[in-house]
Amino acid sequence: MTDDTTLLANDNATRHATGDGEADVLVRRATANDLPLVIELDGDNTGLHKPDYWGETFHETERHPGQHFLIAESASSDHEFLGFIVGEVRAWEFGSRPCGWILTIGVVHERRVAGVGSALFDAICERFAADGVKTVRTMLARHDQLNMSFFRSQGMMAGSFIELEKPID
Amino acid sequence: MKLQKATRYGLYAVLELAANPDEQLSATDIAAAYGISGNHLAKVLRDLGRAGLVDSARGAGGGYRFSGNARRVTLLDVISLFEDISSDTGSGDGADTEIGRALDLVLGEIDDIARATFGSITIETLLKTMRWRQEREARAAAPDLASPG
Repeated sequence: MTDDTTLLANDNATRHATGDGEADVLVRRATANDLPLVIELDGDNTGLHKPDYWGETFHETERHPGQHFLIAESASSDHEFLGFIVGEVRAWEFGSRPCGWILTIGVVHERRVAGVGSALFDAICERFAADGVKTVRTMLARHDQLNMSFFRSQGMMAGSFIELEKPID
Repeated sequence: MKLQKATRYGLYAVLELAANPDEQLSATDIAAAYGISGNHLAKVLRDLGRAGLVDSARGAGGGYRFSGNARRVTLLDVISLFEDISSDTGSGDGADTEIGRALDLVLGEIDDIARATFGSITIETLLKTMRWRQEREARAAAPDLASPG
């Protein structure tokens, strides 16, 4: 749970106190130098190695306002990589008013349940709010208990849309 | 969705005790707070005790307290002690027909969503959501007091 957020001067980075004796977390925009660690963490979490996807995602977020690729790192001097979150503001798809979409989040396994995910969530919500939207949304696999529990712990609940699908024969 | 009475009482007890971790509450205290049967609740509390979710102290000043991990125990964990909300498809009159099977697909989809929902909400998350809602309502009722600086 994030208790305090202080806007820092460099690159809109935000500092988040995690409480419970954990070190503060710094959340900042991603740089190209972060990509190897992001690719590795995503590969660990999903079992899929996708360097092209992450390269393209990074360059898209660099080009378009309203797209956010954020990195969490330790606020201590070693700036240890802790995780990442990606999201963007989208408007009018599915008849939806503009809202912020969280597309993916990843936290280093050893640093889970220590406020890192909450710091990333709070940071991207602050950026979405600055973009002028009032709602944040995500989509999850129904049986993805880990992420479902995390997003619910941030106050998210089922929204007014429902996903439907069918195999195309 | 309608939960059985014992299930609802079990959720009331667990959530009330978890919301007040420094207090020991009697079955009578909890029953009075929710306007429910004390006898029925006492039986539910015994089931919760056997599951390790509450423990009790006897004598003056005694009562129940939550003994689970509020960050880990989910609503589904509590519900499952009192009723089975898994899909009951493929059985019953007419289930082995084309229409019965098609209907079961829809009912199974609903049950699946219900289980995923209950299984993703921990005791701590529900209490936190309740507090957020209270704070939001308080801010809406007194916007001048809530504005910064």
